[in-house]
Amino acid sequence: MSILFLILSILPIIAGVAIKVLFIPASEGISVTGAHIFFTIDLPMGGLPITEAQVNSWLVVISLFFFCLFLTHGLKTKNISKRQVVAEWIVEKVEGLVRSNMGEFFMGFAPFICAILGLSAFSSLQSLFGLYAATSDINVIAGWSVMVFFLITYYKLKAGPLVYFKGFAEPVAFFAPINVVSEFATPFSMTFRHYGNVLSGSIISVLIATGLGGLSKIVFQWLPGKIGELELFRIGLPAVFSIYFDIFSGCLQAFIFAMLTMLYVSGGFPEEEYYKRKARKMAKQSN
Amino acid sequence: MLEIAIGIILSGCALGAGIAMLAGIGPGIGEGQAVASACEAIGRQPESQSAVTTTMIMGCALAETTGLYALVIAILLIFLAPGRFVNILLEAVKK
Repeated sequence: MSILFLILSILPIIAGVAIKVLFIPASEGISVTGAHIFFTIDLPMGGLPITEAQVNSWLVVISLFFFCLFLTHGLKTKNISKRQVVAEWIVEKVEGLVRSNMGEFFMGFAPFICAILGLSAFSSLQSLFGLYAATSDINVIAGWSVMVFFLITYYKLKAGPLVYFKGFAEPVAFFAPINVVSEFATPFSMTFRHYGNVLSGSIISVLIATGLGGLSKIVFQWLPGKIGELELFRIGLPAVFSIYFDIFSGCLQAFIFAMLTMLYVSGGFPEEEYYKRKARKMAKQSN
Repeated sequence: MLEIAIGIILSGCALGAGIAMLAGIGPGIGEGQAVASACEAIGRQPESQSAVTTTMIMGCALAETTGLYALVIAILLIFLAPGRFVNILLEAVKK
C-alpha cells in the first residue's frame, strides 16, 4: 500500500516531464518566455488559457496529496514507523510556528500554513526536474496573494464593520487614503517578492549555464575532434550555483510567504474589540 | 532612418533597465545594516539566536521588496518592452 502511494506521488512529476517533452517546442539558447499556453477554453467573458504553470501546479497538488497519504496512512500509537515520525515532526514544527507567531486563537491555521509552505516550496523545486516552476509565473502567486488578502480582510471584519472602517482613520483621519493604498499594497508586495526572487534565480541560472558554455568553447578549443565541441564547464558546475538559486532561494521564499501570511492575518485581527463584541453578544443572548 | 529609430528604442530600453537596477543600492545597504544588528544581538545574547534569525530573515525580505520592484521593471524593459515598442513604431510607419 505504501509503495503504491509513493509511486502515485512520483508519477505526476514524470507526467509533467512527459507533457513538456511531447507538447512544448524546444527552444535554443537564452529564451525567457512566459508559460506555454496549451489551449484556451472559450467563456462568455473571454478566453481562459490553460498554461504550463497551471498544469504544473496541479501536478504538484496531486503529488503532495499522495505524498501526504503515504506519510499518514496506517498511524499507530506504539512501534511507530519512520514515516510516522516524519509526519509527526512536520505537524509539530508547523503547529509550533503557528502558535508562536499567531497565538492560540489561530491554531486552525496550521494546516493552511503547512499547505502554503509545501505548495510553494515544491513548486519552486520543480525547476530541478527541468520543468517550468509554477512559482515563476506571476499569475499563480497573485492568486495565492489575493486569497491571503481576503483572509486578512475577513479577520479584520471579525470585530464588526465599524471597527474595520475606523482602522483606516488611524492615527488621524487625514491618513485614510494612504491607509487604503497600503491595504491594497499588501497582496502586490507579497506577489512581487515571491515572483521576483524565483524568476531572478531562474534567469541567473540560465545565464550561468549559457555563459559557461561559451567559456568552455574558448578554453577547450584546442582539444582534438569531438572533445573540443563538448561544453565541459557545463557538466556539474551550474548545479553548484543551483543549490543557492533554486533550492535555498525557493525554500526561503516559501517560508517568507507563509510567515508574512501569518503575520498579516494575526496582525490585522483586532483581538480586544473582538472579545468585547463577543461579550456584548453573550450578554444580549442571556437577556 | 528606421534602423536608427529601432536602435534608439533598444538602447533606451537597455539604459532604462540599467538605471532601474540602481534601486538595488537601497536594499543592499538596508539588509547589510539589518544583518549587522542581528549579529550584534546574537553576540550579546547567544541564547536568542533562533528568534533573532527568524526576525532578521523577515526584515530582509521586507527590505528586499523595493529592489524586487526595480528588478521586475528591468525584466519587463529587457524582455517585453522592445518588441512592443518596435511593433508600435512599425505600425506608425505603415500609416
